[in-house]
Amino acid sequence: MRVLPYGDAALLLEPEGEIAEVVALADACREAGLPGVLDVVPAARTVLLVARSGSDLGRLRAALDALEVRPAEAGAPAGTVEIPVVYDGPDLDDVARLTGLDRDGIVAAHTGTPWRVAFGGFAPGFAYLSGGDPRLQVSRREEARTRVPAGSVGLAGEFSGVYPRASPGGWQLIGRTEAQLWDLDRDPPALLQPGAEVRFVEVS
Amino acid sequence: MIEVLQVGPQALVQDLGRPGLAAIGVGRSGAADRAALRLGNRLVANDDEGAAGVEILLGGFTARARRDLLVALTGAPAPATVDGRPVGHHAVLRLRRGQELRLGPPSSGLRTYLCVRGGIAVPPVLGSRSTDVLSGIGPEPLEKGAELPVGPEPAAYPLIDVAPVAPPPEGLVTLRAVRGPRAEHAVDPDALATVRWVASGRTDRVGMRLEGGTLEVAEGAGSLPSEGLTRGAIQLPPGGEPVVFLADHPVTGGYPVIAVLRDADVDRAAQVRPGQPVRIRL
Repeated sequence: MRVLPYGDAALLLEPEGEIAEVVALADACREAGLPGVLDVVPAARTVLLVARSGSDLGRLRAALDALEVRPAEAGAPAGTVEIPVVYDGPDLDDVARLTGLDRDGIVAAHTGTPWRVAFGGFAPGFAYLSGGDPRLQVSRREEARTRVPAGSVGLAGEFSGVYPRASPGGWQLIGRTEAQLWDLDRDPPALLQPGAEVRFVEVS
Repeated sequence: MIEVLQVGPQALVQDLGRPGLAAIGVGRSGAADRAALRLGNRLVANDDEGAAGVEILLGGFTARARRDLLVALTGAPAPATVDGRPVGHHAVLRLRRGQELRLGPPSSGLRTYLCVRGGIAVPPVLGSRSTDVLSGIGPEPLEKGAELPVGPEPAAYPLIDVAPVAPPPEGLVTLRAVRGPRAEHAVDPDALATVRWVASGRTDRVGMRLEGGTLEVAEGAGSLPSEGLTRGAIQLPPGGEPVVFLADHPVTGGYPVIAVLRDADVDRAAQVRPGQPVRIRL
């Protein structure tokens, strides 16, 4: 693992490996209760540790040396969420062209393998889902849409995700769901919690 | 209770934000100038330095006390009056029931903080009363007619009447920074310290864009997989004009962070006006 400088109140961790190793490292950082750390921010290849103003980053680095990270495959998911999807997205044809799968093949691939909440960002309640069928890896759309409806289910790179609310976006849209990804009146407000397993289910 | 009679360009309730929720896509938010909010709360002897106050952008704000209150103004020195009588900044002010506090446009800086003994007691959202303008989480931006409840009086009493604090500067602002995790994504990261930058008009609580030059992005290094951002991170988008992230920054971003402001200097960055010259010292 590389530890990269990030000012006087944060450190950026770059584990060997890919998203599975990032998820495992973020889990370990949360569980360890690292000194002075206010937030653990996993992303695609890195984990950012945001520390309290004025905290001792030397002490934090020392605590990281002692950190035990379980192998990526070992961690059990923090619950499973099923998301019902109508697969009629406007980018199905493009995804078919990019992947060589037909519509049914895309649906089978998207529903056939469980996904895992890797990290958040972009908007409250948005989760980058990783670990799905590798045949579904597609680039973003060349031009982002100015408005993607809430509940749109998309693909980008190695990730799948569901838009919690209407927003601009560049992901390839393959379907839509009625599931409420974000609801401030619910506890917790985010449907998809860090580490959870997600299964997409086709509905008509 | 405080009744808002007039709002200028923006007035928001802010405390020190909601840390720890990045994994569900929620940023910390909080007062753009944390030091000013803390100072105001200390002046009125609130137990919590992070009690919620009102963050007022460029003055134009009038409010009426609906009961006797102790308040303090910190941050940008907006000329202030109570029922027409000038009052000072960084000082403990008594507002009698029915009196009106009025703020004009500040001579320097952007954001003035109105801190109240007892704190602004609107209902918290996810543990904080801060309005995050990027995600839309938190109380609605204040409008004319808003009524702000005030929390219970703390036990302690103010110890000082006035805090000697320099106002935000009118001219050149120097901000200290260190190299960031992706400094090598700029051909010459040290050029960040040599260009005489100017704060762009595209500056808000999310971030401040710097103009007046460009940094060359190293070949093939324009974007990278999303990674976490902090307040004070200086990102280099493909156009080469750096962006300094402020209180309501996105949780993650896909352009390289080439430098990071010292934590203590981020508050001063949040007071830099569009058009003001900025120097970054690495």
